[in-house]
Amino acid sequence: MTAKPIVVLGVIGADVHAIGNQILEHALNDAGFKVVNIGVMASQKEFVNAAIETGADAIWVSSLYGHGEMDCRGLREKCQEAGIGDILIYVGGNLVIGKQDWENTKKLFLNMGYDRAYPPGTLPETAIKDLKEDLQKRGKSRWNWPS
Amino acid sequence: MELALLIDIGSTYTKVALFDLQGIRLTGRNQAYTTVERDVTIGLKKALSGLQGWEQARYKLACSSAAGGLKIIAIGLVPDLTAEAARRAALGAGGKVLKTYSYELTNRDMEDIKTLDSDIILLAGGTDGGNKDNIIHNARMLAGSNLDQPVIVAGNKSAAEEVGGILRKAGKETYLTENVMPELEELNIEPARELIRNIFLKKIIQAKGLDRVNELIDGVIMPTPAAVLKAAELLADGFAEEEGLGELMVIDVGGATTDVHSIASGKPSRPGVNWRGLEEPYSKRTVEGDLGMRYSAPSLYSAIGSDSFREQLEECGYSDISKDKYEAMINRLHQDVEYIPKNQEEQIIDNLLGRNAVRLAVARHVGLLKTIYTPMGASSLQEGKDLTGIKYVIGTGGIIVNNDDPGFILAGALYRNQKRPELLAPVEPDFMVDREYLLAAAGLLAEITPETSLRLMKKYLEKV
Repeated sequence: MTAKPIVVLGVIGADVHAIGNQILEHALNDAGFKVVNIGVMASQKEFVNAAIETGADAIWVSSLYGHGEMDCRGLREKCQEAGIGDILIYVGGNLVIGKQDWENTKKLFLNMGYDRAYPPGTLPETAIKDLKEDLQKRGKSRWNWPS
Repeated sequence: MELALLIDIGSTYTKVALFDLQGIRLTGRNQAYTTVERDVTIGLKKALSGLQGWEQARYKLACSSAAGGLKIIAIGLVPDLTAEAARRAALGAGGKVLKTYSYELTNRDMEDIKTLDSDIILLAGGTDGGNKDNIIHNARMLAGSNLDQPVIVAGNKSAAEEVGGILRKAGKETYLTENVMPELEELNIEPARELIRNIFLKKIIQAKGLDRVNELIDGVIMPTPAAVLKAAELLADGFAEEEGLGELMVIDVGGATTDVHSIASGKPSRPGVNWRGLEEPYSKRTVEGDLGMRYSAPSLYSAIGSDSFREQLEECGYSDISKDKYEAMINRLHQDVEYIPKNQEEQIIDNLLGRNAVRLAVARHVGLLKTIYTPMGASSLQEGKDLTGIKYVIGTGGIIVNNDDPGFILAGALYRNQKRPELLAPVEPDFMVDREYLLAAAGLLAEITPETSLRLMKKYLEKV
């Protein structure tokens, strides 16, 4: 089986930060994933629809303008409604405004149904390593990652 | 003199026209009632009997929208994605989309599909390498039914063989083609369009008894809407040395439906605009089944709204026509589809219906620009096609062609006459009228000699 795992990638809400999105796309591509990049200013509905049509294995949500809590709430529930409730969902970026305690923020997003949450300054490699592990745990170890 | 006989077998009239290809000239035209229920050649012979010298024509070709047109059911996965892509492929092939289904087909959907009696079923779903389960489920549902129309599979290529196998094993006539949406939001409708047209040629024409015309002419070669779209493409793009007109729209206001074609990229015309959603086809056709001048007059009137209709009558200086009067007229148009306005009051009612059919059909065809206020300032999102810069809007259909003031009807398309400021409708196009009902014929002729077809259109389309 040579098919690559598929990740839907996008920047949620009214957020127009495009650079990190491009960097993540490259990093995921290099790591052997198929990236479906829905770009900036993406709505929850667009993430869900993209994941359904592409049969995605994971959704990666970025939010860099501090409105992450408002924009990200309900995505898991929408996936559940759409029949892809067990898809892996990661979130990262400047999720909240100001210097708030990261552990609290992380807990907030995990409670919203995100599988993993990352603080500002996380390297793409960290999250990619986690994704590979999470996919393997789900029995999706059939992929041969490029070394 | 080399002649071409070009025929449009419509649902009501069979229209015949004879062209002199060297002189770039229309030498004659005629029409008679279409008789497809009994024998299509009766009406055709009657129409031809009024046309001198047609027997000498070197080419004798027809298009048809008779016997219900080319009826298609489109099936996809997500409504805004593969289901919409399948619908666009069907419309682009000149089809009449009876209904679009998304997600998993249910038993109830299947009952519905059986009663709809389509000519073709177009089955899509999943990007290439994407979701397979849905299209496989839907193939099983179709396989388990007693439907016998051809099924075109244009979904996820990783599932195509399995889907084809399921359908063929159940004895369905199955055709595989490329995915209508191979990557997310990337549209690939050309292969499906081409296949639909081939099936129309090989199967549907016989099934509808339209092949009887072969005793008189070379044959029916495409559905009429496909011919009109072809003509519009040629007119916009040009051919070889003969220049086209550039980006344009064709609006066909009929008795039952209003068709809008745009030949334009529709890309954002302003900087800093984010384009979202499913890719737009360069040649796009939309059909509004509730906007028509006769059969659909009541649904058109309700789409306009009674208050708005009265306001528009007042603006035209006809505030004295009572509501009872114009509503009675609208009902009459619905019942007596041959009715022609008898006086000025009836004419203004008819004109306003036409203008609004154009306005609403264009509003549904064009894209829109939304402004979103973000922490970084205002940002613009475009969905659909930006047609603000369109150079020409070409009108056809009785209300426009037979009107003393076709500009009044076509002005419904303009941005300033749309009720919603976010719509990306044409701002200041030139208007043209298809006075000689030439477009379908030109689309047929484009198959043989595109350059001549283009020159004919440029000669006979009349500027308003």
